[in-house]
Amino acid sequence: MDDHVRRLLTVVTEAALEATLVRDLERLGAHGYTISDARGKGTRGVRDAGWEASSNIRIEVVCDTPTAAAIAAHLRERYYANYAMILFVHDVEVLRPGKF
Amino acid sequence: MIDPVILFFLLGLVAGLLRSELRLPAALYDFVTILLLLTIGLKGGVELARQPFGVLLPQVVAVVAMGVALALVAFPVLRALGRFTRADAASIAAHYGSVSVGTYAVAVAWLGARQVPFEEHMPLLLVLLEIPAILVGIVLARGVSRDTQWGSVAHEVFLGKGIVLLVGGLLIGWISGPEGLVSIEPLFFDLFKGVLALFLLEMGLITAAQAGSLRRYGLFLVGFGILMPLFSALVGATLGWALGLSVGGTMMLATLAASASYIAVPAAMRISVPEANPTLSLAASLGVTFPFNVLFGIPLYYTLAERVHALLGG
Repeated sequence: MDDHVRRLLTVVTEAALEATLVRDLERLGAHGYTISDARGKGTRGVRDAGWEASSNIRIEVVCDTPTAAAIAAHLRERYYANYAMILFVHDVEVLRPGKF
Repeated sequence: MIDPVILFFLLGLVAGLLRSELRLPAALYDFVTILLLLTIGLKGGVELARQPFGVLLPQVVAVVAMGVALALVAFPVLRALGRFTRADAASIAAHYGSVSVGTYAVAVAWLGARQVPFEEHMPLLLVLLEIPAILVGIVLARGVSRDTQWGSVAHEVFLGKGIVLLVGGLLIGWISGPEGLVSIEPLFFDLFKGVLALFLLEMGLITAAQAGSLRRYGLFLVGFGILMPLFSALVGATLGWALGLSVGGTMMLATLAASASYIAVPAAMRISVPEANPTLSLAASLGVTFPFNVLFGIPLYYTLAERVHALLGG
C-alpha cells in the first residue's frame, strides 16, 4: 500500500481569496481540489458566513509530498501575515493513485 | 409615519443585538441582493433610453470627480485625527468615497412613499460612483507602484457582482425600453418594497454583528461614521444643485455621497490592500454609517436639498 499514500492538504481561509488561491494551486502543480463553504471562529474572530465579507472556505488538495510542501510554503509566505488562514497536512491512502 | 421597511431593519438590529438565533439563509440574502441590484439597474436603463448621452456627460464627469474628492478628503482626516496606518486610512477612505446600493434603495423607497420625483437616470451615477474611490484607495495605500497587479484589480472592480448586475440591468432596461419590461414588472418593480424589507432585515442582523468591533475600536470611528457622511451630503447636495437637478435628485446625490460602500469596496480592498484591517472599515461603514443614513440621514438629506435649493435659488 506504500505507493498509494498521498498528502491531504487542508486550507481554511477567507472566501475573498478563492479565485487567487485556485490560480496558485494550479500553478504549483495540484491536479485537482475541492472547495466547500465553512464557518467557525479563530484568532480573527467569528467567521459566520452571514454574508460575503465574513464567509470562509475550506480547500482540500490531495497531492504528492513535494507539491504539498511547495503549496504550504507559498501560502505561508504569501498570505499568513494579512489573511485569516490555517493550513494542515496529513497522510491519506488513495485508491486511484494515478489521479493525484 | 415610519416606513415599514425601516421597521424591518430595526427588527433585524434588535434581534441581532439580543443575540437571537434568527438568521436568513445565505442563498436568500444573495437572491434578494441580486433582485435589488437588477431592479435599480433596469429602472435607470429605461430612463437612459429617453435621454441623449451628451446631456448626461457633465453629470457623469462631475460625479466621478466627487467620488475621487471625497476619498481624498477622508484620507488625511483618518491619518491625522484617527492615527490609522496608511493602509487602514486608505481603505476606509475608499469605502466613504464609494456608495451603498442598500442606502440608495431606501432613499428611492422614501421618495416614492412621498411621491417626490427625481431624475430616473440616478442608477447610472450610482454605478459610476462605485469605481473611482476604489482606485484612489489603492493608490493612497501603496502609491503608483509596479507591484500592483492592475489586471486583477480591474477584474475585481469591474466584474464584481454589484457592477455586473447594475450595468447588466441598465443595458437590459435600455435595450428593452418601458414597453419591453412590462412582462417582468411583477417580479422586479411590484415586489420592490417587499424585497427591500427582507434585505433590510438581514442588514439589521449584519449591522448588529459590528457592535463588538465598534466597542473595541472606539469613539473615533463612531464620530467619523456620522460626521463624514454629513460633510459628504453637503458636498453632494451642492453639486446636485449646481448640476441643475430637481430637489429629489439633489437629495439622491446627497445620499449617494453620504453613503459608504460595504460590498464592492471591501472585496476589492481585501485583494488589493491586504494589510488593511477589514474589521475597521466595515465597523464604520456598516456599524455606524449605514444605520445612521437609513434611520436619520435620508430625511435629513431631503431637508438639506430643500434648503440648498431655497438658499441658492432654482
